[in-house]
Amino acid sequence: MTSVFPVSLSFWETPRMLRFIITRLLLLPLLMLLFTVVVFALVQAPPGDFLTSYVAMLASSGSSMDAAQVEALKQQFGLDQPVHVRYLLWLGSIVRGDLGLSLEYQRPSSELIGERMLVTVLLALFAFAITWIVAIPAGIYAAMHKNTALDYIFAVLNYIGVATPNFMLALILMWVAFSNFGLMITGLFSPEYTQAPWSLGRFIDLLKHIWLPAIVLGVAGTARLTRIMRANLLDELNKPYVVTARAKGMPEWKLVTKYPVRLALSPIISTVGWYLPQLFSGSLIVATVMNLPNIGPLLLRSLIQQDMYLAGSILLIYCMLTIVGTLISDILLALFDPRIQMEGT
Amino acid sequence: MADEIHDADSLSSELSSKDEDRVSVASNWKLVWWRFRKNRLAVASAIVLLMFYAVVLVPDFFSNQDPEATDAFLAFIPVQGISFFDTTGFNPSVPDVVGKRNPVTLKMQWAPDETVRIPIGLFVRGYKYKVLSLFETDIHLIDAKDPKSKGRPHFLGTDRLGRDQWSRMMFGTRTSMTVGLVAVGLSMILGVFLGGISGYFGGWMDMVIQRVIELLQSLPTIPIWLMMTAALPQDWRPERVFLAITIILAFIGWTTLAREIRGRFLSLREEDFILAAELAGCSHLRIILRHMVPAFTSHIIAASTLAVPVMIISETSLSFLGLGIRPPAISWGVLLQEAQNIQTVALAPWLMFPGLVVIIAVLAFNLAGDGLRDAADPYGH
Repeated sequence: MTSVFPVSLSFWETPRMLRFIITRLLLLPLLMLLFTVVVFALVQAPPGDFLTSYVAMLASSGSSMDAAQVEALKQQFGLDQPVHVRYLLWLGSIVRGDLGLSLEYQRPSSELIGERMLVTVLLALFAFAITWIVAIPAGIYAAMHKNTALDYIFAVLNYIGVATPNFMLALILMWVAFSNFGLMITGLFSPEYTQAPWSLGRFIDLLKHIWLPAIVLGVAGTARLTRIMRANLLDELNKPYVVTARAKGMPEWKLVTKYPVRLALSPIISTVGWYLPQLFSGSLIVATVMNLPNIGPLLLRSLIQQDMYLAGSILLIYCMLTIVGTLISDILLALFDPRIQMEGT
Repeated sequence: MADEIHDADSLSSELSSKDEDRVSVASNWKLVWWRFRKNRLAVASAIVLLMFYAVVLVPDFFSNQDPEATDAFLAFIPVQGISFFDTTGFNPSVPDVVGKRNPVTLKMQWAPDETVRIPIGLFVRGYKYKVLSLFETDIHLIDAKDPKSKGRPHFLGTDRLGRDQWSRMMFGTRTSMTVGLVAVGLSMILGVFLGGISGYFGGWMDMVIQRVIELLQSLPTIPIWLMMTAALPQDWRPERVFLAITIILAFIGWTTLAREIRGRFLSLREEDFILAAELAGCSHLRIILRHMVPAFTSHIIAASTLAVPVMIISETSLSFLGLGIRPPAISWGVLLQEAQNIQTVALAPWLMFPGLVVIIAVLAFNLAGDGLRDAADPYGH
C-alpha cells in the first residue's frame, strides 16, 4: 500500500500539517457545543413537557408515579426553570458524561447507548470497507474498458443502486431469503448469543451476520463511488502524460496504476467526509428493517414513545459520529494529497 | 425551426452554413433543448415523469376504486393477472377470485376463478369525482366494464384492510411526487436567495452563510429529520403535516443548491459583461435578475431535477418508519409501511409494489436530470 500513496515519513513533521489538524481539533468542541443547542431545541420542541405526558401515559396504562418521584424528576431536568437554565443544566450533566435516565427503560441512557455503540460503528465501517473494495476496482475497470458490455452493466447497476432506497433493498432481500430458502435474515446474532454478554464467541457470531446488512447499507454508496471513480480516472486517462506514456510503449496496466489511479483516488478520499456520516445515519433505516441492535431502532422507539431526553442523547451521538467522520476525511485528504496541505489553514 | 436540424451532432461537427446560421442565432433554451433531445434515455425518462405528473393532477381518473374503502372480507387479494384475449378475440378481462378459509391456519386463501371473468375496458364509468375541483365526471382510465359487477378488478391486489392497492398507489403518487417537488421548490427559493447573497456580495455575509451551510451539512440528516418530524403535534391535519414535512426536508436540502448557486455567482461576477452592466449604471437587482440569473437558470433547473429524487427517497423512508406523512394521508412510504414486517411480505409480496414505483420514479428523475445537466453545459463535449 505504501508505494501507492505519496505519504512521506517527514509528513508529521511539517508544521503546516500539524497546524491543520490542530485547528480542526480545536474546532471540534465548538461545533459540538453548537450541536447541543440544536439538539436541545429539538428535545424541547414537542408541545407540553414530557413529564406531564409521561405521567399521563402511566396513568392511562394503569400504573402511576408518586408525587415525590415526579418532584425528583422535575428537579433533575429543571422543569420549573426557564429555558436557558434548563439548557445549562442539561449541558452540565452531558459534559459530566451523564446522559440522564431513560424514562421508558428506567435505565441510564448512557448504558442503553453504550451497549449498542459497537454494533453501530462496526456496521458502518463494514459497509464502508465493502464499498471501497468493490467501487474502486469496478470504477477502474469501467474506465479502462469504456463502452464495453461490462461497463454498461456497471452503469445500469449503478443507476439502480442509487435509485433503490435502503429499506426497499433490505425488504426485497429478506423476502427472497424467506420465501425461497425459509431463512430469516434479520438480527445480528444467533439465538444463543442474542442476550449473552460480550465474548469472543459472540463477536465471531456478529461477524458472521453483519456482512449482509453491511452490503445493503453500502449499495447506494458503492454505486455512486464507482461512478465517481470512473469519471475521475477517465479525466486522467485523457491527459497528455498518459498518451505520451502509452506512445512510448508502457504496458497498459502499469500505465494506469502508476499515476492516473493515484490521482483519481484523491477525490474519492474526499468523499469519506460525506460518506461515513451518511452511513452512520443511513444505518438507522437498515437496522430498523432488519432488526439490528444498533442505536437506530433505539432512537426510533424513543421518538415514538416521546422519550425525548434519550432521543436527544442519541442524536448527539450521531452528531459526534458525523463530526468524527468529517475529521477523518480531512486528515486522510491532507495525508494523501499534498496539495491540500499547501492550501490548508 | 428546431425540427429542421435532424441530427443534433451537427451542432459540433459537419455544420452546413445554413445550420451554422441557425445555431448562432438560437437562444440558449433552444440549444439546451437540441442537446437534451439527443439523449434518448433522458427523453424517455422525461416522458415517464410527465406520466407520473399526469397521475398527480387527476389521481381519481387513474384509480378505479375509492382508496379509503375498506372491506375486511377482501383482505390480501393477490394481483389478478389481466388476460387480453379470450375465445372471441381481443377482450381483456381479469378472473374473479374466490376465497376459502384454510381450515388449519384459518387464513383466507384466494384463488382465481377462471370460470367467472370480469371484462375490463378503458375510459369506463365508475365512481364520481371532481377534476381539479372544476367539473364532475365519472370516467376512469381502466376498470370493469360493468360498474355494477360484483367482483371488482384489483390490478395490484389489496392490503390488510381490503383496500385496493392500485387506487391507493395513484393517490400515493400524488403525495410523494408533490412532496419532492414542493420541498425542492422551497429549497430553491432559500438556495437562490441565500446563495445569491453569499456569492454576489461576498464579505461577512458570505462568511456567515457559508458557516451556517457547513453546520447544517454536518448534521446527521436522517436522525435530525426523524427528531423534527417526531416533534410535530399528533393532532395536526394531514395537510399541515404535509407542509411541515416539506419544510423539514428543505431545511437541509437548500444548502446544496445554495452552494451551487454561490459558485455560479462567483464565477459570473468576474465576467466582462457584468462589469459592463455595472459601468452602465445597472442596479444590483437588475444585474442579478437580467444579466446573471438567465446565464445559469438551466443549471439550476438541472440541479433541482437531481434534488427531487433525494427528497422522494427521504420522504418515503421517513413515512416508512412511521414518522413522515401519516395515515389517513397516502404516500408511497405510507403504503410501504404495510410491508414492514417479513411475515406480511411473505404472505402478500405484492405489497412491495409501491417500492418498485419509487425506484422507477427516482431512476427517471436521475436520468432526466443527468441529461438536463449535460445539455445545460455549453462547453460539454
